[in-house]
Amino acid sequence: MQRILILGGGVGGTLTANLLAKQLRRDLKTGEVTLTVVDTTGVHTYQPGFMYIAMGGERAEHLQRPERGLLNHLVNLVVGEVDRIDEANQAVQLADGRWLGYDQLVLATGSRIVPEAIEHFDTEAHHFYSAEAALQLRHALDAFTGGRIVIGIAGMPYKCPPAPLEVAFLIEAELRQRGIRDGSELHFCSPIGRAFTIESVSEMATPILEQKGIELHTFFNVETIDPTRKVVQSLEGEELPYDLLILVPPHKGQQFLMDSGLAPAPGGWLPTDRTTLQVGGRPNMYALGDATDLPLSKAGSTAHFEAPVVTERIAASVLGRDIDERHGDYMGKVMCFFEVGDGKGTLLQFDYAHPPRPPRPNQFWHLGKVVFNKTYWHTVPKGRV
Amino acid sequence: MTDATASDTPTRIIDARGSFCPGPLMELIRGIRESTPGTVMSVYSSDSGSRTDIPKWIAKAGHHLVAVVPRDGFDEIIVEKTH
Repeated sequence: MQRILILGGGVGGTLTANLLAKQLRRDLKTGEVTLTVVDTTGVHTYQPGFMYIAMGGERAEHLQRPERGLLNHLVNLVVGEVDRIDEANQAVQLADGRWLGYDQLVLATGSRIVPEAIEHFDTEAHHFYSAEAALQLRHALDAFTGGRIVIGIAGMPYKCPPAPLEVAFLIEAELRQRGIRDGSELHFCSPIGRAFTIESVSEMATPILEQKGIELHTFFNVETIDPTRKVVQSLEGEELPYDLLILVPPHKGQQFLMDSGLAPAPGGWLPTDRTTLQVGGRPNMYALGDATDLPLSKAGSTAHFEAPVVTERIAASVLGRDIDERHGDYMGKVMCFFEVGDGKGTLLQFDYAHPPRPPRPNQFWHLGKVVFNKTYWHTVPKGRV
Repeated sequence: MTDATASDTPTRIIDARGSFCPGPLMELIRGIRESTPGTVMSVYSSDSGSRTDIPKWIAKAGHHLVAVVPRDGFDEIIVEKTH
C-alpha cells in the first residue's frame, strides 16, 4: 500500500489532492493507495479577498468554505495541527499525539505572518494579511479624515508582491471619491529602486503614481517604528512620519518545518528544487506554494501551477511508470491580476524564461479579477482551470 | 567590477535566475535580513538590470559589494553583509 500525505489545505494542498484523486481513482477505491490531507482548521480561506475587506467590498464570511466540501470524496481529511515530521520513520506527529505515516509527503504548509517581529507593529501599524486585520484597517480608513498615509513593506518575502501597490492605488481612489484627497498625503515605500520589481510594470505604474499624486520612496525597507515620534524607519537609514501606517508584516515558514530540520531558521522556507519541486533532493518529499524557498511570488497562482507537477511526479511513482516530461517539470509559471484603481487592472503572466508583458490597464482585466474571485470555489481547488 | 578574495568566499547562494517577481534584488534583501553581519552571499541573476540595481541598493544600505562576475547566461553578484 502507498500512503500519500499532504500537509496543508490551501490552494496547493487541495488542488494536488484533487488532481491525484483523479489520476489514482482506481487504486484509491481498492485501498491500494491512501490519500490524506491534514489541515489545521478544516476551513479553506481565499486569502486574496482580504485586501477587498480592507477596501470595503468584501466580507470575511464569503472567503471561507469547509475544506471537506472542496475535496474529492476519495481524499481523507484530518483536521489537526502538525507538531513535527519524523523523516526516519516516514511519519508526521500531530499536536494531539496522533501519528500519520507516509510514503509520499507533500508540504503545502504556506507562510505565516509575524507582525510581532517588529516592535510596536501591533499598536501602530495596520495590514490586510488576515480577515481581522483587514477589517480593522477598513475601520481606520473610515475614521480617516485627512493626514499622511504611509504604505510600506516590513519584511521579505511576503505574499502577493503587487498587493501593497494595489492598495495604494485603491486608497487614493477612495480618498478622492470621499472628497478628502486634498487634505491627505499618500506615500508608497518601495523596497527596491523603482515602484515595482517587474520593470515593465514599474514603467506602467510610475506615471500612474505621479498622476495620482502618490509620493514614491525607493529603497525603503521598513525596519522599525518609533511610536513616540510617529515615524517609520528603514534599514537604509531613512525615516518617514505617518498619521496612518499600513505595512506588509514580516512572513515566515512554519515553525514545525524548522523544528523538524527540513527548513533553515530564521525564515523557515523549504529548500526546493526549482524544476522537480523536491525538498532537499528527497525523492518522496515535495513542496509547493508559499512554503518553498523558490524566488517566485508567494501567491496562490504559483501553487496553482506547481500542483500538476507534484501530481504527475507522485502519480508516476505510485503507478510505477515514467514521468511524463510534458507535465513533470515546473517551469516557473505564475499568472496574476494587478489592480490600478478606478476600475482598471492588468495581467502579469511569466515563467522562468519569459518575463511578463502586461497589457495596458483597462476595465477588462479588472473585471477578470472580479470574476476570478467570485468563481474561485468552483474552479481552482477542483482543478477545472 | 571588483575582485573576490579567499576570505570573501560566499557561504550562501541565492539562485534568483528566472525570478521576475519578486526579483533578484528582493531575494537579496531577504537574504540580508535573514543573515548575520559578516555573511558573504552570492546572488545568481539572469536579469541584466541586477548589475545596476543591486550595487545601487548595496551602496544605499551600506553593505559591501565584493564582485560582479559574469557567468554562462547569468551574473554572480557577491555581497557581504556588513552590519
